[in-house]
Amino acid sequence: MPPGIMTLAADEATLSPANTGFMLICTALVMLMTPALAFFYGGMVRVKSVLNMLMMSFISLGIVTVLWVLYGFGIAFGQDSGGFLGRPGDFAGLSGIGLTELWGTTSIPVYVFAAFQLMFAVITPALISGALADRVKFTAWALFIALWATVVYFPVAHWVWAEGGWLFDLGVIDFAGGTAVHINAGAAALGVIFVVGRRIGFKKDPMRPHNLPLVMLGAGLLWFGWFGFNAGSWLNNDDGVGAVAFVNTQVATAAAMLGWLGYEKIRHGSFTTLGAASGAVAGLVAITPACGAVSPLGAIGVGVIAGVLCAMAVGLKYRFGYDDSLDVVGVHLVGGIAGSLLVGLFATGGVQSDAKGLFYGGGLDQLGKQAVGVVSVLLYSLVISFLLAKIIDVLMGFRVSEDEEVAGVDQAAHAETAYDFGGTGGGVVARAGAGAGAGAASASGPALGGGPSPSRGKGQGKGQGEAHGKARGASRATGRGTDTGDRANRAEEAQATDKEQGAGEGKGQGPAPASGSEKRVDA
Amino acid sequence: MKLITAVIKPYRLDEVKEALQSFGVHGLTVTEASGYGRQRGHTEVYRGAEYTVDLVPKVRIEVLVDDADADELIDIVVKAARTGKIGDGKVWSLPVEEAVRVRTGERGPDAL
Repeated sequence: MPPGIMTLAADEATLSPANTGFMLICTALVMLMTPALAFFYGGMVRVKSVLNMLMMSFISLGIVTVLWVLYGFGIAFGQDSGGFLGRPGDFAGLSGIGLTELWGTTSIPVYVFAAFQLMFAVITPALISGALADRVKFTAWALFIALWATVVYFPVAHWVWAEGGWLFDLGVIDFAGGTAVHINAGAAALGVIFVVGRRIGFKKDPMRPHNLPLVMLGAGLLWFGWFGFNAGSWLNNDDGVGAVAFVNTQVATAAAMLGWLGYEKIRHGSFTTLGAASGAVAGLVAITPACGAVSPLGAIGVGVIAGVLCAMAVGLKYRFGYDDSLDVVGVHLVGGIAGSLLVGLFATGGVQSDAKGLFYGGGLDQLGKQAVGVVSVLLYSLVISFLLAKIIDVLMGFRVSEDEEVAGVDQAAHAETAYDFGGTGGGVVARAGAGAGAGAASASGPALGGGPSPSRGKGQGKGQGEAHGKARGASRATGRGTDTGDRANRAEEAQATDKEQGAGEGKGQGPAPASGSEKRVDA
Repeated sequence: MKLITAVIKPYRLDEVKEALQSFGVHGLTVTEASGYGRQRGHTEVYRGAEYTVDLVPKVRIEVLVDDADADELIDIVVKAARTGKIGDGKVWSLPVEEAVRVRTGERGPDAL
């Protein structure tokens, strides 16, 4: 990925244990970003589809990893043919690679490079999922990931980062993935939205985030993982460029968070947590292509511009009526474009390469190259993603049915519910014949609000005889009677008489159910 | 018998509970509720999209009492729940035809 120069003397590169260790850590950091993204997105959707949101990211870890081993690494980084593709057969199965065989002119083994690049390939399709919250078939999404990675991500990664890739040869600066990752995913999101359409009730029903602490957690972990994403992209530690990338990552992210919060305070009156999280991510996106080209002061510029720009851009979906549910376009496409173009303004010429931006006396040359990178990746991804989604939609339908969407994709796709807050556990009863405990459980468990009673044979308590003994046995059989239920049971047993109503006092914990009555007022 | 229902600010629950206990009320039922009166709701903003949240979180307390105690208990609840600020809630009572203790089958005031 470092364009142009691989610092170590090309001829006699030797394996560097330090660089290898550093890169393995960076690889693990980037891996963490996909679960982090899952939480970031998961907190923003409604309760009924949070699991689906998490799974849309996690499944990418599964599918793309396998494809990468089979042919993905070959397409992205195999022997170049014509600047657009690597040879899929190269590295097939990641076999035939020597343990200490070095990647290109670097000082790290091929295996390390392949693993590091894999994590980028995993998170990029996952980024798209935010635009499709609450409404797509899981199988359709899985198929889309497989196709999209194959036809869009692997080739584009080749264009941008592989020796011989046409954007690489052109001199486009993309340190860690402004074009290949963020513009690529953002444009794909836009393409797929055109096929999939809006959520039922878009602009009408309340769709506020169900768990902002989860969003903050995800944003924090993304920020952390991003150090591996950016600093690791230099592939070595020998010349300090990675350190600059590391510092710039922190600086731009901080500045973008402030930029978003400031815009929001002026425009809407409050500093919101969602704004802080979104601003940080916008900054991370924008500094991704630029972190090896700009100075820390330049990083502040990149961050503030990206933060404000993205904060403005997330409102566009209401104006134009496309349902980019979690603002993949507003944050990743806009942030990616901003960062990639700002390289053409802020590049100092003193870090990763000697290409100077407009503000440092380099004229418009680099800006022009950056624009070519932006436009080509954007258009390719937009068009191909639209076509892929269209094909899937015709073949199997991309969306879940209306009923399933209203009830929530979690139940339709995963047969699960994320949270069990209600004292009655939603009236869950074990299915008949599911286990020996079922009889006891349905006899008394649900009546006492004992939560879900899955099949577990233990059931019958300690033969304490009648009513109370059984109640206890049942709720133990479930292995996880809800708090309320358990406490009520215990309370009841302790009191043993007279104060039936008092059992209700054990209550009072557990979040209030989401009140269904907010109205969106303003777009 | 009467059913006294009070919808109050959640953080006044403990006060009300204690006041009722010291009066000698044996049991009560509490539900988390939401609603609005003159207080109305508030506005929330998520990435620039504004939502008015009409319904404010409240706690609903229900107590079954003897006819004779009803008025005094209402006063006790009102006093304990009052902050003097808008949104303090409401208390009302209804006549109750029958009450049965499930465990023993006792009926009427004996079941209280």
